[in-house]
Amino acid sequence: MGVTLIVRPDAGRRRIEELVRQHEDRVLKRWLEITAAASAGRPDQGDTAARLTEIYQALRQSFAGDGDTSDLHGLLAELSRSRARQGFSPSETASAVFALKEALYEVVEDDGTPEALRGFVWFSKTVDDLGLFTFETYVTARERIIIDQAEQLLELSTPVVKLWEGIVAVPLIGTLDSARTQVVMEKLLQALVDTGSEHAVIDITGVPSVDTQVAQHLLKTVMAARLMGAECVISGIRPQIAHTIVTLGIEFGDIVTKASLSDALAHALRRSGVELAGNRRTRVTVRTEEE
Amino acid sequence: MTASGELSIGGNSDIVLVRQRVRAAAVEVGLSLVDQTKIVTAASELARNALVYAGGGRVRIEIVRNGVKMGLRLAFDDDGPGIPDVDQALTDGWTTGNGLGLGLSGSRRLVDDFDLRSAPGEGTRVTVTKWAR
Repeated sequence: MGVTLIVRPDAGRRRIEELVRQHEDRVLKRWLEITAAASAGRPDQGDTAARLTEIYQALRQSFAGDGDTSDLHGLLAELSRSRARQGFSPSETASAVFALKEALYEVVEDDGTPEALRGFVWFSKTVDDLGLFTFETYVTARERIIIDQAEQLLELSTPVVKLWEGIVAVPLIGTLDSARTQVVMEKLLQALVDTGSEHAVIDITGVPSVDTQVAQHLLKTVMAARLMGAECVISGIRPQIAHTIVTLGIEFGDIVTKASLSDALAHALRRSGVELAGNRRTRVTVRTEEE
Repeated sequence: MTASGELSIGGNSDIVLVRQRVRAAAVEVGLSLVDQTKIVTAASELARNALVYAGGGRVRIEIVRNGVKMGLRLAFDDDGPGIPDVDQALTDGWTTGNGLGLGLSGSRRLVDDFDLRSAPGEGTRVTVTKWAR
């Protein structure tokens, strides 16, 4: 013996809206209990409770009104951000939102009408969307941070240092892609102008592998420096890199390359008329000879 | 083997990842520092080719054995336009892009075994192997 229940599509939704309104205190209290239990031992329980209360009211208003959810989304975004700062994972935040389903289900069960059960499916979907929205907010915020950091890293990782009067050096560390080479080139050329240097040392000790793209970037940087009247030395060519460059067939032409930064500095000093003198066993002393 | 696996190549950051994974695998196989650098550089060239000329692709990193010798095999696959003239593509200094034209030919010299299969419209598959000495 089956009983056929006929429920009009929006009757369920209206019943849920009524229940959310009528049993506000009970559902909200239960929701806060569930989320508090899930995040036991974390600080700032009061903060989350206040935010959830606001969200509940915004949800009720979006049901009652014209379905405008911009308020609700704003509050959810804030919840997501504040909880992220407190060290909650995005899953925990989404779970806190999903807990609203459990809280309301107890009311729906007591109500027991087919409309309420039918409407609960719709309500469940709505809450899923809200939970996923907090997740998205979290991911978007995280991506922002990563982009910002990548930009900062680009700035940080390419210092131009002055080694001597008229000699600047760029110690390159890590991967050389087009974006970084652009920054390196700009900084180096600007440093040549600012310091009036005629010698530049590009040190690639910290570059793990030199492929054709990196080599091409280096060649272009050297060419650009030459156009400005500066002579470039590439230093920090380790044995395995030298081996690879030769096998690849890259030609550095008449560009001076050195194994170490100190060799490159010595070369640049010689070229700029500074003579190195002294006992090698003790210490290298450097003096400038005036012409 | 922990270092084996397949990676997809869809952007510049993936090329960095390919290099890191290939280096880890090369260390596991026991390649010398020079050979590690060579296979990593070849991987960098071939991954970039897949990205630049085919808009992306995949690489399979595999540790292989030939008797007592261990080797590292990399198979780069893409669904790009393919290479019409393979001999020309393997000529030093020949490029359709704006690179040095040494990526493909140089990679062949960097590895021990090199196999290039391609036809117009059918994508490209480059398989390279470096054996431990």
